[in-house]
Amino acid sequence: MNSKRGRNFRLALTRSSPVFFGYVILGLGYGLYMHNLGFSFWYPTLMAATIYGGSVEFIIATLLTQHFNPVNVLLITAVVGFRQFFYGISMLTKYPHRGWRKFLLLFGLTDETFVINYSLQVPDDCDETSVQAWITILDYAYWVLGAFLGGFFGATFNVQVKGLDFVMTALFIVLALEQFMQEKRHISSLSGVAITIGCLLVFGKTYFLIATLLLLVAEYYYFYRRHQKGGDRA
Amino acid sequence: MTIVQQVITIAIATVTNFITRWLPFNLFTSGKDDRDEPSPFIKGLGAFLPPAIMGMLVVYCYRNINLLSGDHGLPDLIAGLITVVIHLWRRSMFLSLIVGTVSYIVLVNFIF
Repeated sequence: MNSKRGRNFRLALTRSSPVFFGYVILGLGYGLYMHNLGFSFWYPTLMAATIYGGSVEFIIATLLTQHFNPVNVLLITAVVGFRQFFYGISMLTKYPHRGWRKFLLLFGLTDETFVINYSLQVPDDCDETSVQAWITILDYAYWVLGAFLGGFFGATFNVQVKGLDFVMTALFIVLALEQFMQEKRHISSLSGVAITIGCLLVFGKTYFLIATLLLLVAEYYYFYRRHQKGGDRA
Repeated sequence: MTIVQQVITIAIATVTNFITRWLPFNLFTSGKDDRDEPSPFIKGLGAFLPPAIMGMLVVYCYRNINLLSGDHGLPDLIAGLITVVIHLWRRSMFLSLIVGTVSYIVLVNFIF
């Protein structure tokens, strides 16, 4: 296991391990949720493996108990998934533009995988794309495993520790803090926090991420134009 | 819903979710060469957004707290603060995650 392959995999295992705890715990919660809606364990497992997007899966689980409405499914998934479009934009310079690994990396571009792979720093003896691909595969496996366990053990596995899912919040806090300490200018970090809080208060829980991202694009457009005119760029 | 309708529902969600992740690569690259660069505006946007998105995701985790009633979101805010302090002190991701999560579990189960 001292080959380059082994090094890539081991680095991916280390980097993705916080997501292991987070995804297995959240996946368990999601599997239990579907179990309580009356679905067999096949549903959370297969939905985790196909849709592979936590917040979308929770909503689709509820929609499956209602009347068939394909247009509604499309709209809700697009609204909830809207933010992922901007993860893709941010990864244009970090992910390959062709080949099968491109599709693997994009299929698995969840919130957590985006933040981990974006922050990833790879030593010279490892291959960045391979490490990113392994992280993506591992995160995927953790999520599907959690959903399966939650759905399968359902009622038997009712020993839930309240508050364990805070691990995901802590992960995002730590990664945002690391980003903040490493960057020279804080304009993006600070406007991200400020605009999101403002939009949450104004637009509410359903649409605040969309409003935030559109405002951030507008903010960048302003800086971009100012820079083009020869001004100072943030 | 019939089983076929369920399969269609899940399929639509799968395809739509994938498209939101894949679309930028379809819109802004040729897909033929790894080195071709998106336009300066898109490239700059891709560099500007990630720190903001990381901040956004932290706030997103706090979207369900209610400052005005109940526990006023205090367990979430205190545990978040503890996570930050521990991380600034030791700068070890695992220590920060463990201490942050354990303090949250203690706060919601025994204090609030």
